[in-house]
Amino acid sequence: MEKLKIQIGNLEFQNPVMTASGTFGFGLEYEDFFDVQKLGAIIVKGTTGEKREGNPAPRMCETPMGMINAVGLQNKGVDYFCENTYHQIKHYKNNVIVNVSGSSIEEYVKVAEKINELEHIPAIELNISCPNVKKGGMGFGTDTKMAFEVVDAVRKIYKKHLIVKLSPNVTSIAEIAKAVESAGADSVSMINTVLGMAIDAEKRKPLLSTITAGLSGPAIKPIGLRCVYQTSKAIKIPIIGLGGITNATDAIEYILAGASAIQIGTQNFVNPSVGLEVIEGMKEYLDRHNISHIWDIKGII
Amino acid sequence: MKHCDNFVVSEKKFLNSSFFKLKLKSKKTLPEINPGQFVEVQVNSDSKVLLRRPISINDVDSQTNEISLIIQTVGQGTKELAKISEGEEVSLIYPLGNGFKLEGESPILVGGGVGIAPLLYLAKQFHAKGIKPNVLLGFRSKDQIIPLEEFEKYSNLYISTQDGSIGEKGLVTENKIFSASHDVIYTCGPTPMMKAISDYSLKNNIKCYASLENKMACGIGACLCCVQNTTEGHKCTCTEGPVFNVKDIIW
Repeated sequence: MEKLKIQIGNLEFQNPVMTASGTFGFGLEYEDFFDVQKLGAIIVKGTTGEKREGNPAPRMCETPMGMINAVGLQNKGVDYFCENTYHQIKHYKNNVIVNVSGSSIEEYVKVAEKINELEHIPAIELNISCPNVKKGGMGFGTDTKMAFEVVDAVRKIYKKHLIVKLSPNVTSIAEIAKAVESAGADSVSMINTVLGMAIDAEKRKPLLSTITAGLSGPAIKPIGLRCVYQTSKAIKIPIIGLGGITNATDAIEYILAGASAIQIGTQNFVNPSVGLEVIEGMKEYLDRHNISHIWDIKGII
Repeated sequence: MKHCDNFVVSEKKFLNSSFFKLKLKSKKTLPEINPGQFVEVQVNSDSKVLLRRPISINDVDSQTNEISLIIQTVGQGTKELAKISEGEEVSLIYPLGNGFKLEGESPILVGGGVGIAPLLYLAKQFHAKGIKPNVLLGFRSKDQIIPLEEFEKYSNLYISTQDGSIGEKGLVTENKIFSASHDVIYTCGPTPMMKAISDYSLKNNIKCYASLENKMACGIGACLCCVQNTTEGHKCTCTEGPVFNVKDIIW
């Protein structure tokens, strides 16, 4: 699989296929379906400074070729992760990346510092784009100054690979990307969910407890592709593309738009072994087109 | 262990104007399946819906490797499933959830609407243990009734309808059998019904388990969309449920 082997910053990946945070648990949930260590990386559920209960139900509704979620970063907190979950997944031979979230710069820094100590976690994905928390989250990702400040603060204490996950809910995602690049991010991942809304006309009520929440799934792929395309022209650090990928063709489209690697999100709920199918499908595509390495077609559009 | 496999539709029949039954045959030997567990089903052909649909298991035949589902056509996903033909394939992730634990000597199983589905397999398991449980099913009217021979085989069956067109008139909680002596109550159905049953069980100090039908995406504890508020915080209906002891549920 040399054709799919890549390196992003100092991090080596056996292939460019990762599973998106919040859609793959901690990898353990999918072990019954396939060998999750075949993925390029597993990005585990968003972790915050303290345990969070998340938003009240209802948290999910399906919309045309998509779903809207309002989970709101439910997690057991960074200490629980370090003391328990970490020990269940630290033997994975592929990259396990922790998604780090918070409501204040202090919280992001505190979580990043603790994850920095974990030997088998070679990178974090700083989530400055969650639309489902009242304080912080997306707030940091929609303002260039705040985005710079939080990444700058984390960069000072986090020594390994720093990915920053960006929100599409901005006028110019390229401007935000430039700000986090200048603050020292090693790479960016995009896009997080698109802010959306769903209403039950008969009951005349919103379908989600938070009223507005995050849209994901095939419906947002064109937005993700556009964001990757625009940003790839504006920054030098690598982009990990995601948003609506359901198969290898979608993944290839992201590479063509300028992504160095990709993540699969919502489709993990539909087809639990989609990650493996995308890896095999990407290899088949390269063989069929006589391409010697996946990056030979990176950003050629 | 969870599986994701294609099943062949070996039988399909409509039970009333909105309920239909699918018998799905596995090519493999079925794993052990507990009553109250569910599957996440996906139409394999071109579909307008994205997510799988969580459907409770109505019956299991380990001799023929068949799983039966009773499905109510509600939205686009179940409408597509209703159009499927015998011989076609569907994909299932199974078996999911905790399921019912068999407890007590004189249980009553109370179901309403499509929530009656998992109670058949539960009644069958009790019957196999030498206990013929009381089963009380609620329907709006006679038109909504589905064939109940299977229930009659494994249980003492009682019916309530809101209009009294068959069985006793009124809600299941008003049926005479409901307040007879039972040591455990199992329920699945509309939330107001389960809540009323929960209130009764807590007041009368009877153990009670409810199977919830929260909106769900992954079915395997990854997305955290289907949570139920409980005395111990949010719990995933898909992995920590769908069956909860009602004393833990915050409705």
